[in-house]
Amino acid sequence: MTVREPAGRQSSQQVVLEVNDLKTTFNTRDGQVHAVNNVSFSLSTGELLGVVGESGSGKSVTMMSLLKLLPSPPAEVVADSILYEGRDVLSMGDEELRELRGGGIGFIFQDPMTSLNPVFTVGYQLTEAIRQHLPISKKEARARAAELLAKVGIAQPVERLRDFPHQFSGGMRQRVMIAMSLACEPKVLIADEPTTALDVTIQAQILELVRDLRRDQGMGIIWITHDLGVVAGIADRVIVMYGGQIVEHAPVKELFNNPQHPYTKALLATMPSIDASRSERLYSIEGQPPSLSGAPTRCSFAPRCEYAFDRCLEENPPIVSMDNNHQAACWLRHPQYTAQGSQHPPEEISLRETF
Amino acid sequence: MAALASTESLQLMLQVTGLSMHFPVYKGLMRRQIGEIKAVDDISFHIMRGETLGLVGESGCGKSTAGRALLKLYQPTSGRVELDGTDVTALEGEDLRRIRTDMQMIFQDPQACLNPRMTVGSIIAEPLDEHTRLSRRQKRQKARELLDAVGMNPDYENRYPHEFSGGQRQRIGIARALALEPKFIVCDEPIAALDVSIQAQVVNLLEDLQQQHQLTYLFISHDLSMVRHIADRIAVMYLGKLVELASREQLYQSPQHPYTKALLSAVPEPDPEKEAIRERIILQGDVPSPANPPSGCNFSTRCPIAQEQCMRETPAWRELEGGRYIACHMVQ
Ligand SMILES: Nc1ncnc2c1ncn2[C@@H]1O[C@H](COP(=O)(O)OP(=O)(O)O)[C@@H](O)[C@H]1O
Ligand SMILES: Nc1ncnc2c1ncn2[C@@H]1O[C@H](COP(=O)(O)OP(=O)(O)O)[C@@H](O)[C@H]1O
Ligand code: SF4
Ligand SMILES: [Mg+2]
Ligand SMILES: [Mg+2]
Repeated sequence: MTVREPAGRQSSQQVVLEVNDLKTTFNTRDGQVHAVNNVSFSLSTGELLGVVGESGSGKSVTMMSLLKLLPSPPAEVVADSILYEGRDVLSMGDEELRELRGGGIGFIFQDPMTSLNPVFTVGYQLTEAIRQHLPISKKEARARAAELLAKVGIAQPVERLRDFPHQFSGGMRQRVMIAMSLACEPKVLIADEPTTALDVTIQAQILELVRDLRRDQGMGIIWITHDLGVVAGIADRVIVMYGGQIVEHAPVKELFNNPQHPYTKALLATMPSIDASRSERLYSIEGQPPSLSGAPTRCSFAPRCEYAFDRCLEENPPIVSMDNNHQAACWLRHPQYTAQGSQHPPEEISLRETF
Repeated sequence: MAALASTESLQLMLQVTGLSMHFPVYKGLMRRQIGEIKAVDDISFHIMRGETLGLVGESGCGKSTAGRALLKLYQPTSGRVELDGTDVTALEGEDLRRIRTDMQMIFQDPQACLNPRMTVGSIIAEPLDEHTRLSRRQKRQKARELLDAVGMNPDYENRYPHEFSGGQRQRIGIARALALEPKFIVCDEPIAALDVSIQAQVVNLLEDLQQQHQLTYLFISHDLSMVRHIADRIAVMYLGKLVELASREQLYQSPQHPYTKALLSAVPEPDPEKEAIRERIILQGDVPSPANPPSGCNFSTRCPIAQEQCMRETPAWRELEGGRYIACHMVQ
């Protein structure tokens, strides 16, 4: 299936990354894990795409797959195409891939300690990263490294280059990681839950930094999180994942004001607010997230969905486009049920419908 | 939510006065003490019967240590803890053992406290072995009842912890904490490790159990939205000290302490329109080390409104109008 043009972008923006029908399966001793199914999206320069979903919904595997970072076996990655600036990532050789990962697409992980080497100073690691991509002297690279630390808000950057990763606090390490990923001026930055382990006041610092960087650098950013609040504050467009699939995809205001998938709607209802009226009892989504042991044969949210009807259990709903650059994978949103003169879901479902 | 309806529920359940927990810091071969970590430093508060007090603050500020010191899992450095009229601080031996049945703890990571080689039934019944003289049969019956009470199938009693999801394991942890019919439970970040859709399930369960068993909770969390939902009053902690304590309405509608204000302003809201116009108070720098807290007010190094007095004098913990408390020189 093809991706339709998502959010309203300005004409100066160009698509840098395009993923078409990505599927990732792990072949494990306990059987197959269908971690990512039929995922398609694109990213433009200067745009921030938020990816939300609970743990195990396939967010990390999606990003690792498109960078070919997963060892195979056990992973098996197939896609119609994964295009970075029009070039197909899947057919890239090792050399080209290395260049892509270090140069074109920067990556920030949740735990910076896993990607910073504890035995080298931050200055050494930064200058090495810079010199791998720019033909400049050590001295120049060091000056650039200090500039980068300053840019991400680290005080006394020249002195701090001499420090080891453990000498930085959690929030500061995450800044170092951001500096690191900026070293080669990537066109795309993928940040995988970079603030999940941080306290809210430190998270607020990092989000502020990202807003500034976006404005100044014009990178395309993919920001993965399980926190809808974070996405509301920084994203232009949002993808909601559930059970390894994109269940909803929309511009940020559209998504929050007008959620179309029952899962998104339930997720928003389940979160208590910091200042809206307080309900006596929290709305809760009963049941458990799906097992991914087979390719989806029904809607993966069906067992927990308030609106599920027979079709939901018979067939996995395809993602369909609606007005306002909105897409959802839900039978209730499918033209077969929404078009004029089409078949309708059972009456009691329509009655329960509140959106 | 606790319904403070009957007169009985207006009784004091917990009274904490000047509680401190300082951990010594040793160095060198001779293990010479070179300092101390003031993990909890002179905190005072009370909780009424059937009430939920939220305890919020960023990681490392001393929430868990406070919870543990309350339950006498640590011997506090100083201070006094009274549970339902009994001074717990002074208790030892058999008396302490007896009062332990009244106070329990629910942990963030249920995995860590569920022995992987024990069946769920025996995990839940374990506290009964130590503290009751129930027969094997009675214990089994009780474990099944508890599983049912936390919304799990009693027939799961013969299964092992790894067979369950995070949310279900938390339910098992809750069932175990309830086994001895405690009066007071410290819930230490019980939902922090759970997914959003599972968090609400567990919070609703905790609220139901509170109503059914007239439980009193200290609910430790860094999730300010969830605390707003579950707690009647909230205490805010920073670097070992309480900085503010107020009712839910007071705290969220009119926070007084500059740290509380910054903390609340940093919580991301799932609403793009609000987020776009939100005034954030971005605190500079990091929390100082509790081994070397600043002089004067602990928050003075990051406080946006600090004056010279704040660097010099520790602000007293004092009561304001409306039963709220604060420690700040700049708040009248
Ligand atoms: N190496 C692996 N082998 C088998 N299964 C895996 C592997 N890595 C991830 N998975 C599975 O893939 C699914 C998606 O995982 P992931 O993308 O990490 O989720 P998320 O990032 O959304 O939390 C999960 O069910 C996870 O258990
Ligand atoms: N057993 C211990 N020995 C020494 N220091 C400790 C011990 N337990 C906690 N601390 C320190 O006390 C401070 C408060 O920790 P903790 O109570 O776990 O904070 P929180 O629960 O708010 O994250 C931290 O600096 C921590 O490193
Ligand atoms: S397809 Fe059916 S089960 Fe799935 S979300 Fe839509 S209504 Fe619910
Ligand atoms: Mg992940
Ligand atoms: Mg803790």
